[in-house]
Amino acid sequence: MSEATAEVSYLEHGHSLKSWLLTTDHKRIAILYFLSITLFFFVGGAAAALIRIDLLTPEADLMSNEGYNRAFTLHGVIMVWFFLIPSIPNTFGNFLVPLMIGARDLAFPRLNLLSWYIYMVGGLFTIAVLVLGGVDTGWTFYTPLSSMFANGNVILAATAIFVVGFSSILTGLNFIVTVHRLRCPGMTWGRLPLFVWSIYATSLILVLATPVLSITLVLIAAERLFGIGVFNPALGGDPLLYQHLFWFYSHPAVYIMILPALGVISELVATAARKPVFGYRFVAGSSIAIAILGFLVWGHHMFVAGQSMYASAVFSFLSLAVAVPSGIKVYNWTATLYKGHIALDPPFLFAMSFIGLFVVGGMTGLILAMLAVDVHVHDTYFVVAHFHYIMVGGTVSAYFGALHYWWPKMMGRMLPLVWGRLSAIFIFLGFNLTFFPQFILGYLGMPRRYHVYPAEFQTLHVLSSAGASVLGLAYLLPFTYLLYSLRHGGKAPPNPWGATGLEWTVPSPPPQHNFHELPTVDGPPYQYPVEVDGEREAAHG
Amino acid sequence: MRTIAPLLTVWAALLALLGLTVGASLVLTGTPSLIASLAIAGLKAALVVWVFMQLRREGGLMRVMALGAVFWLLILLGYLVLDYATR
Ligand SMILES: [Cu+2]
Repeated sequence: MSEATAEVSYLEHGHSLKSWLLTTDHKRIAILYFLSITLFFFVGGAAAALIRIDLLTPEADLMSNEGYNRAFTLHGVIMVWFFLIPSIPNTFGNFLVPLMIGARDLAFPRLNLLSWYIYMVGGLFTIAVLVLGGVDTGWTFYTPLSSMFANGNVILAATAIFVVGFSSILTGLNFIVTVHRLRCPGMTWGRLPLFVWSIYATSLILVLATPVLSITLVLIAAERLFGIGVFNPALGGDPLLYQHLFWFYSHPAVYIMILPALGVISELVATAARKPVFGYRFVAGSSIAIAILGFLVWGHHMFVAGQSMYASAVFSFLSLAVAVPSGIKVYNWTATLYKGHIALDPPFLFAMSFIGLFVVGGMTGLILAMLAVDVHVHDTYFVVAHFHYIMVGGTVSAYFGALHYWWPKMMGRMLPLVWGRLSAIFIFLGFNLTFFPQFILGYLGMPRRYHVYPAEFQTLHVLSSAGASVLGLAYLLPFTYLLYSLRHGGKAPPNPWGATGLEWTVPSPPPQHNFHELPTVDGPPYQYPVEVDGEREAAHG
Repeated sequence: MRTIAPLLTVWAALLALLGLTVGASLVLTGTPSLIASLAIAGLKAALVVWVFMQLRREGGLMRVMALGAVFWLLILLGYLVLDYATR
């Protein structure tokens, strides 16, 4: 390959639709994922908007009971499986893992493309569910409701999730093999960027947990279609077995959503502080610890479901233990920032809002893990607020932080920093206004999944809905100025933030095969400060 | 032929074990039936893993990985039993 062709960026290498739809370039596949999950983010967001409008008044005046059930089910299914789970791994993981470890692509480029097509097939099934009238079981598909009584498109929705699961498994497999086999010379495990560690831990969960969900969905279909008794007591089944199997996947799935976010924050914090990450080994190890512990706590979803008290006590203790590796991360980020030369760039503001919201989400998780307290707040808005603090306040903030941080690398264009800072602040404020009132609502006894409620709850619900409209607009804002930057943004230098890491050593956007010559690593990661010859100042003006 | 022969043998063995499962379910009842069918299923899984999934040709690391998968299954089943046994 000549010097000239090597320098053609991955965006310039072919402009036809075919060159995108049949690409095996991990960077282009990342863009395909980015476009498709953004679409689903707004579909799921539209369902959330309907829910929040309906909840403005104590009466049911926007939707029927049935319609409301379908709205929150669709919101959950789309946001969990079609946005949150693929969000960071399939976009930024896809784009960055090969660049960060000094490889030219993932281990199985064609499998990578296949996994996007599988995702799209699952997505089409979901759209079909939506068009055909939805499904009303909640995203959890609890039996016997889902297998015996629900009259929506249960089988179709289960098929959508079954299909998209294979996309998860293939992506996880691809990342595991890539990290094991394609690290460049000198890139030892102890030198891997923390984002790669978190993606690796996430991939272990994707491969080990997702098959259990797939089998569980098949069992629901078997019971619903053929009357084979698995979960229905009348047929000799056990409804609690469903909850065991479902949460054996779905609790680890929470860590599929949050672990990549934790990895993003480690990168953003180190760059913002211009200091090596404090306690690198502990931050890396805590990702693995969270992945493993995540498999031992699923019973905390079943404290009031008739599960044995002995089992509950063990699950409660192990759930509390998750606070240890999570705490390690938060304390180590704080120690990294201590005495750092902090730059108030948009990625850093997103990272700060992540840390604050993640701590609130995590601490309320501990409250929920206590056996006695859980009886009071189980299935209330307290739970809803808790997991939105983790998944939306946490993961979505990190996702937007990553988007702002790596946008110049991915697109080769700088973004307007003022607008970036503003949207970080608006997202933080809108988020808290939406979800903090829900903690109070839940503690006062407002059950989740109800749209008719006592009049005294209305003030808090109105506050929450007002926050949701701020949040909705704040989420739209980045898409406007990011699109604007594609045409009008200044050209991005290779390393606009003055960061360490191999992805910043190549041009922005990276050439088609990433590295003209495979790099060699000869030192530990996060060797700050970085000399960038005033590049940062020049780029930002 | 040398690579096909063991596969065919194992396939035949699996079918024989299937016959044994059916037979045992007709003869035995209750706990002994459960133990027998689980034991036969375990044997079948072991044959598949060892021969079809090529674990007999792999090094120590791969075998440890496979054991890890079994361990993961035991986590799921172990806690399920913990709940069922003490409910
Ligand atoms: Cu959980």
